[in-house]
This record gives sequence, C-alpha cells and structure tokens, in this order.
Amino acid sequence: MVQLTMAKAINEGLRRAMADDPKVLVMGEDIGKLGGVFRVTDRLQEEFGAQRVIDTPLAESGIVGTAVGLALRGFRPVVEIQFDGFVYPAFDQIVCQVAKLHYRTRGNVRMPLTIRIPWAGGVGAAEHHSESPEAYFVHTSGLRVVAVSNPQDAYLMLRQAIASDDPVVYFEPKRLYHAKGDVDLDVDPADAPPMGLARVAREGTDATVLTYGAQVITALDAALAAEEDGISLEVIDLRSLSPLDHRTIGASVRKTGRVVITHEAAREAGVGAELVASVTERCFHYLESPPVRVTGHDIPYPPAKLEKHHVPDLDRILDAVDRVLDRPNSLTGVEL
Amino acid sequence: MTTVHTLNPTADPATDVDDVARLLSPGGERVADPDLQEWIADVDTAAIRRLYRDMVLLRRIDDEGVALQRQGQLGLWPPCRGQEATQIGTARALRADDFAFPSYRETGVVFARGGKPSDYVLAWRGEGHSTYDPYELHTATQQIIIGAQSLHAVGYAMGVQRDGGDQVAAAYFGDGATSQGDVNEAMVFAASFGAPVVFVCTNNQWAISEPVSVQARFPIAGRAPGFGIPSMRVDGNDVLACLAAMRWATDHARRGRGPVFLEAVTYRMGPHTTSDDPTRYRDKEEVEIWRRRDPIDRVEALLRAEGAFDDAFVAGVGADADALAAAVREAAMGAVTRPALSIFDDVYAEPHTGIDEQRAAYAAYLDGFATAQGA
Repeated sequence: MVQLTMAKAINEGLRRAMADDPKVLVMGEDIGKLGGVFRVTDRLQEEFGAQRVIDTPLAESGIVGTAVGLALRGFRPVVEIQFDGFVYPAFDQIVCQVAKLHYRTRGNVRMPLTIRIPWAGGVGAAEHHSESPEAYFVHTSGLRVVAVSNPQDAYLMLRQAIASDDPVVYFEPKRLYHAKGDVDLDVDPADAPPMGLARVAREGTDATVLTYGAQVITALDAALAAEEDGISLEVIDLRSLSPLDHRTIGASVRKTGRVVITHEAAREAGVGAELVASVTERCFHYLESPPVRVTGHDIPYPPAKLEKHHVPDLDRILDAVDRVLDRPNSLTGVEL
Repeated sequence: MTTVHTLNPTADPATDVDDVARLLSPGGERVADPDLQEWIADVDTAAIRRLYRDMVLLRRIDDEGVALQRQGQLGLWPPCRGQEATQIGTARALRADDFAFPSYRETGVVFARGGKPSDYVLAWRGEGHSTYDPYELHTATQQIIIGAQSLHAVGYAMGVQRDGGDQVAAAYFGDGATSQGDVNEAMVFAASFGAPVVFVCTNNQWAISEPVSVQARFPIAGRAPGFGIPSMRVDGNDVLACLAAMRWATDHARRGRGPVFLEAVTYRMGPHTTSDDPTRYRDKEEVEIWRRRDPIDRVEALLRAEGAFDDAFVAGVGADADALAAAVREAAMGAVTRPALSIFDDVYAEPHTGIDEQRAAYAAYLDGFATAQGA
C-alpha cells in the first residue's frame, strides 16, 4: 500500500498497462516531453519512447479518429483529451465511430479505446476548462462511461478500462488530481471490483445520496455534517455511469426510502434525471418522498469567481436532505 | 523525378477537368505520360481486358442496385456509374494485405477487394450496417459520415509503422469531403508522422447538389503539397492512369516515404442516391459531355484498336455480368432478416448490464405475444 495522488495513481496505471502489453499506446496533446498539462503522463515517453507515447497535432477529432485506425490494427490506444471542453470537436468520432464500430461490423471489429478526460470544475479555470459532458456519452450506446473519485479506483479502473475490449470514456476529476489516498498497486485489476459496479462509500439508513466523481467527497462531507444532526446518510459512489449499477442503487434506496442525487453537470436531461427515472421505475413503492436532484444549474459553466454558486456544495446537499426527509429546512426554518 | 503533376493555379483550375495526367484519351488512344507510363509497363492486353471486365461487372452490380431499389427491394442505393475507372484502377493497385477505407459509393473498391454478391446489397436493404468482416477483405465497412474514414486510414497506417509492416492504407473520399475537418486533420497527422497512407479523392464534380466550385477555389490535389504531401491530379475516367498513379502512390508509401494524395477527376453520372433528383441542379449538356468520356467505352475503343475486343470476349464478359447480377438479385430477394433480439447483439464486446436487462425485458415482452397466440 502506498500513498499516491490521483494524478500519480493514473500515471502508474498507464505505466503498468504499457509495460504489461506492448499494444497499449498513449496519445494526446503535450503528453510526451511535457508529461501532459496535469503531468499525468509524466516520464512515460522517456520510458516507452515516442512511438508509444505520441505527441499529436492539436486536433481532437484527429486524435480520436487515428486512435480508431490504430485500434483496427490491433493496438489499444489510450487517448488524452487535454480538457473536458475540448472533447466536442472529437464528438463525431466518439459517438459515430468509436461507439458504433463493433455494432456496425456485427462484432468483427473491437474498439479497445480508452478516452481519458480531465473533467469538471472547482479549480478556477478559464472558459471551456470546467465542463461536465458526461451525459452526452452516457446517452450513446456502445460506450462505457466511468468517473473516478479516489486514487485507488483511478488506478484500478484505468487498468480495467484499458483491458476492456469496449471503448471507455474515463473521467478524471481535476479538483482531485492532487488529493492523496492509499493505493494498493499489487491488486490484480481482474480481481478488483469490476468497472461497472458502484461502491457504498458510506453506509447510512435515513437517505441515500447518489453521486460520482469529485462530488463524492462533497457528499461524504455532507454526511459527516448530517451526522451531527442525527441524520444517517448513505453515500453511493456510482463509479460507472454506463452501465449504472442498479442493483447497488436499488438495495440502498429500498433500505432508506429517500434519495438525493448530486452532480455538478447541468440538471436538464442529465445523469441525475436518469437516476430519478430509474429509481422511480424500480423502487416506487419503497420511496417515502420524491427524489431530489442537486446539480449544476442549466447555464453555461460560469466564470471562475462565480463557480462556487454552480458546483453543489455541502449546504446545498444538506438542503436537499431536509427536503427528502420532510424536515423543517435549516435555512428557511419552514416546513417544506 | 518529379511525379507531382504540375498545376496551373490561374485559369479556373478547380473545374478544369482536362488539367489531369492521363494514359488514355477520352477517345481511347494511348497518351504518353513520362511519370505514369512506367508504372503500367507490365499491363498487357490481357490485363487491360481484366480491367475492362471488372468495370463492366461493377457497372452491372450498380445497375442491379438501382433496379432493386426501384422495385422496393433496397431502401437506398448510391450509384457509382461513371466512376468505374477510378474505383477499379486504384483498388486493383492495392495488395491483398493493404487496407482500404471506402465511403458508401465505393462499391467497386469492395468488388475489387473480393466482395460477395450479398456484400453489395444487404446493408442498403437494411439487413445489417455492414455485411462483410473488414479483416477478411482488408476493407473497412463503407463509411457514411463524410470523411471520417480518412482518419481511420491514417491511424491504421500509424499502426503499420509501429508493427514494422509494409502495408499501405487507402483512404477514399469525395470532393465534398475535402471541406471536412477530418480530411484536413488526416492530412496533418499523415504528414506529421509520415504514415503510409494514400488519400484517394474522387472528384466527381458534385457533392449532392453542391458543385466542386463551392468546395474548392484551387484544384483539390493542389492542397496536399501545402500539407507536405506529394499529389497528383489524374484522369479518373482513365483506368490505366488510375492504376498507374495508385501504383506510384502505394510504392511511395510502402517504401516509407510517407503519404500521397491522388485526385481522380471524374463524374457521377447518376443521382447522389436513388432519393436524389439531379435534374434540379445540373444541366443535361454537362452530363452529355461526360457521357462521351465514359471510362468503359474508352477501354473498349483501346481494345478494339488493339484487336482485342472480339465477340467471344464480349460474350464472356456479358455472361459473367449476367451471372453476377443474378447473384446480387438473389442475395437481395433471398435475404433472411435476423431475429428480433439480434438488435441487442454486439453493442458491447463484453456483458453490459443495461443492455442485458433491456434484451431480457424485450424478450419477455415478445414472449407474451407467443404465449397469447398459443393460448
């Protein structure tokens, strides 16, 4: 067991995947000598050479489209999209090609492509550097979509994503890149919980908080605060957004009967909407109150100085907890 | 030796269809071309007869596709009449283990790569998005998104480099595709990495109703040198020139000298697809001009001049075409639609709980009908 930041854990995941399989390639903008703008690919080019750690031209569709051709040839490319907001120029290649080639060819062609995306806000970045585009990809059949929240998962799920014969969109919360955690590098990724499983990050009995990515940390903070008021929150780290682990989600909802969902992506037709719909379809008779979403607003990501009003914080989650528990609201003092 | 065909950037160049390298005039007479002729030095009369046969068979597949669509057997068909020389000439220059990345109109490339009768029609009938295993034909599924495959070809070629192979990737796209970002990004990547890829731009003058002049103010082949890629503008209705140019291009790429760009100047004689009405946007006179430049007639004239177009040959090719057309028709009419639940197959390579659940739910729903009928 070692203490690693999430960035180092991902770096180690890439290193070990490349060492284990000569077909694994890493490609993206500034990932070679510079080691990536977040240094996630630090020293990989030194170790594996420019043929396997490929500094590409600045063209996202080009990066993903050539990775498709490399995958066709039998390689397992790991693509870095430098920032979340830069994935849109590659959208066509991802949703029309990467996601559909296996289906289009009736299983003859595999797309073992991993698309790493430094993701979401809370780091005071410029415009286009704090986007949460996950719902677009969750909505696209043929892609697996995962979001990590701690260094151990970041390491293992990256290994699993690279080993998967399916394309995986792998979201890395930027604001957790430097958060440290225990990582067991000796766990065989094949023996670890599969990418598609959710994790009960904290057990509780009064309400379930469903979340993913950096919001897991915020939700755990909220659970600690709620505990002081005698409220027991269960926090589920979804880990996988496609597929969703309905078994783990359902078990929790049937236990608590109350659901709060939090993510920083905008609300409309987001992952939260899918969660409310599926929880309602599956667990309606167990629900004691309507599920409540705590999300980013339906606005373009705001300027850095205002982002704290957009990214749900501990208080907004606790406010939602009050609602699902029908408690007098701590902020307004009124019965909700 | 300079193999880049000299382009004149002044006089209405993008639409000058005669500023091309050729080995066969529109009348079927041989034309000397110092750059191209050495590449077909081995192409004798028998080989020209094979190219002729390929083009006739391709035209017959194409005619059959149109007919089947008109009869309601296919949902759509993208005719390639007029483009036979470009498709056959370039594809016949590829080695079996090279990899082709055709677009939806490149029926002739799939034919030249060894496609079966069912491979031409079943996708257009709606039985499957593709009908062949790309690894068997060394040919990617025909691409519908304009230009997307150009990047796949470059990536494949980058893989060849990393494997130490000597295969070449061939990216086929039309004049309209050169406006797409992907084609331009593909040229940047190919040049940057020196990838063994040949870009084959079929300039058939029309992107549905948009003439090439809307896409290009300069000959399309003239763009490639700006990316650091040697290029040639070739007569796309001259099968010998297309074969020679593609042999030069693949040789260049195969020897590790990097990508090549070919612009084949040809014409789409029919509609964009069977849903299109080209009489709304182009003149009869223009079509007539191109009819006189027909790629098959041109080779026929050459073979006649060389005394190699005898009745037995014509009858043999005709019989082969009839048999192929019948097989294509049979493949369409005899198609067996896959079972309902197959729509859930191959979405993912590995089990996906979301899809598995939906498949099970839909199976139970369908079973409900069976049970009701049985009761």
